[in-house]
Amino acid sequence: MFGLNPRDTRFLLIVVFLTLATPLLLQPFPESSGLAQFNAGYPDLMQRFAIFGIFAIGFNILFGLTGYLSFGHAAFLGVGSYTVVWMYKLLGYNILPGLVLAMVISGLFALLIGFISLRRSGIYFSILTLAFAQMSYNLAYSVLTPITNGETGLQVYSNDPQVLMGANAPTSPHIFGLVMRDSVQLPVGDWLFTFNIGYYFCAIVAILAFYISLRIFRSPFGMMLRAIKTNQTRLNYTGLNPRPYTLAAFVISGIYAGLAGGLLAAMDPLAGAERMQWTASGEVVLMTILGGAGTLMGPVLGAGFIKYFENIFSKINDNVLHAWFAFLPDGLENFLVALMHPFVGKGWHLTLGILFMLVVIFLPGGLIEGGQRIARLFRRRPDSDSRHQPKPAPHVGE
Amino acid sequence: MGILEVKGVGKRFGGLQALGDVNLSVAENTVHAIIGPNGAGKSTLLNCLVGKLIPDTGSVMFDGQSVLGRKPHEINQMGISRVFQTPEIFGDLTVMENMLIPCFAKRDGAFRLHPFETVANERALNERALQMLEDLNMAEKRHMHAASLSRGDKRRLEMAMCLVQEPRLLLLDEPTAGMARADTNNTIDLLKQIKETRDITMAIIEHDMHVVFSLADRITVLAQGTPLVEDVPEKIKGHPKVQEAYLGQAH
Repeated sequence: MFGLNPRDTRFLLIVVFLTLATPLLLQPFPESSGLAQFNAGYPDLMQRFAIFGIFAIGFNILFGLTGYLSFGHAAFLGVGSYTVVWMYKLLGYNILPGLVLAMVISGLFALLIGFISLRRSGIYFSILTLAFAQMSYNLAYSVLTPITNGETGLQVYSNDPQVLMGANAPTSPHIFGLVMRDSVQLPVGDWLFTFNIGYYFCAIVAILAFYISLRIFRSPFGMMLRAIKTNQTRLNYTGLNPRPYTLAAFVISGIYAGLAGGLLAAMDPLAGAERMQWTASGEVVLMTILGGAGTLMGPVLGAGFIKYFENIFSKINDNVLHAWFAFLPDGLENFLVALMHPFVGKGWHLTLGILFMLVVIFLPGGLIEGGQRIARLFRRRPDSDSRHQPKPAPHVGE
Repeated sequence: MGILEVKGVGKRFGGLQALGDVNLSVAENTVHAIIGPNGAGKSTLLNCLVGKLIPDTGSVMFDGQSVLGRKPHEINQMGISRVFQTPEIFGDLTVMENMLIPCFAKRDGAFRLHPFETVANERALNERALQMLEDLNMAEKRHMHAASLSRGDKRRLEMAMCLVQEPRLLLLDEPTAGMARADTNNTIDLLKQIKETRDITMAIIEHDMHVVFSLADRITVLAQGTPLVEDVPEKIKGHPKVQEAYLGQAH
């Protein structure tokens, strides 16, 4: 089905199910329980899961397959956001023209940066992309103020033309009347589920993005990209030119990033220069490596993991900790709170950093490799002599 | 007129004249060996043929067309495949994928954007790749990672990757370098099998005399960047100039 073999079709259907059921799955704790703060089923966070999932899927096509580590992908994210907000200002709040244009412009921008940066490989390529992204950031922040509105950030004002705005059109981002920030809330017992239009729009786009990446992984093009990572010398002497392949991968991942940036602005009609900063470029690298570079699901998992930490762990402050340990004697309570203090709240980066180090050291294949190892423990038959057989290569993207 | 014509090729690295005035003609459907002691310029000559180096003087014609100034992938697309001293294969890919890449390169050229096709659906190419693996007795290893193959199998796989492209000229750069005697003999048998079962032109660079004399139809002896003699193996064996180049001058 969909040009996939049965195994991949099943995989895709599972991904579709998980994505559509996210508002239920991420809300496992009742509202009144103390664990409710670990619920992640609110629209803003779910949208981020989907959007940064798209960003990471695209980044993985470049980094995971070809091994070219770009440190400047946030530039395309920013370009996408600015494009969408400009379309709000000029045309109106329908997000569709902006998203299409965001993909076109970020693709062209990626073509330019990729053409220059891909003249070098390895660390020099990374530095070139980083330099380009920082240039873009500084341009957006100061020089190009007429276009980007500098440090205030680009937003829609009441005197903007908005030529396509109908009299009764919604005054916030929408797609043909479906307003992104609208939600349906469904209380079931003590649980509260929120079904947000914005999330479902992002989810559908994310599923499409995932499907395209799956097709690329299984295509001759994807195979060539993996060959580039392994041995460029052999590729050259096999009659293949690596440059256009890497450039195509770079542009595709740039388009994914532009789309993700556009969706950020589609959920919240703002665009700021900080979206292009190097920390944002670094974040997508972390997501991809944490989840498992070169695997299909890994980058999405990594993106979800990091966004969850950013939004949930950062909310645990000392008061919450005191409430948790209130049942202990005062001295012990204070001691435990002091012990955990650096790792939660504003210190969530520390926890994430430690986790990242552990994953890179013990699971070089990322969270996906961890999952595979656990699955293998359960699957192993005691009397099989599989260890003495030549090991079959793992199926790409499991 | 041979399929490969090298005329007056010279290459200088700083103060070192690596190649003097090299003339070489490789006839179609023969095995031509280029031998010589270390530092004779064998590898430099090979690199000039595949586009890795550009000679300072002279011309290299393949099938009537100049290869000079062309990139390695363009020269491969003309019909020249190269086997390396240490096998260059795609280690992270499976043996079958290793075979499919040259098949795609042969069919689609140096670049084709085909992100929505599926490798598994390319029946003809898959069959061809598998057939070649069967010919070289590697079919049962097709699902293995290429990096986990033994050294001899890596060499065999690299050879299969070159042959599946049906090159008009196969260049081999010291195919038995660093191999144990048994592996060397296996490689010789493999090359003999290839020579007997296919119409193929091979140019072998080698310093192991044993390999050369059991395979070559013609031999060129290179010393200090210039060809000493070119002849059939029987004549080369006892040639005084060759003895001199290999063993030094008799005192």
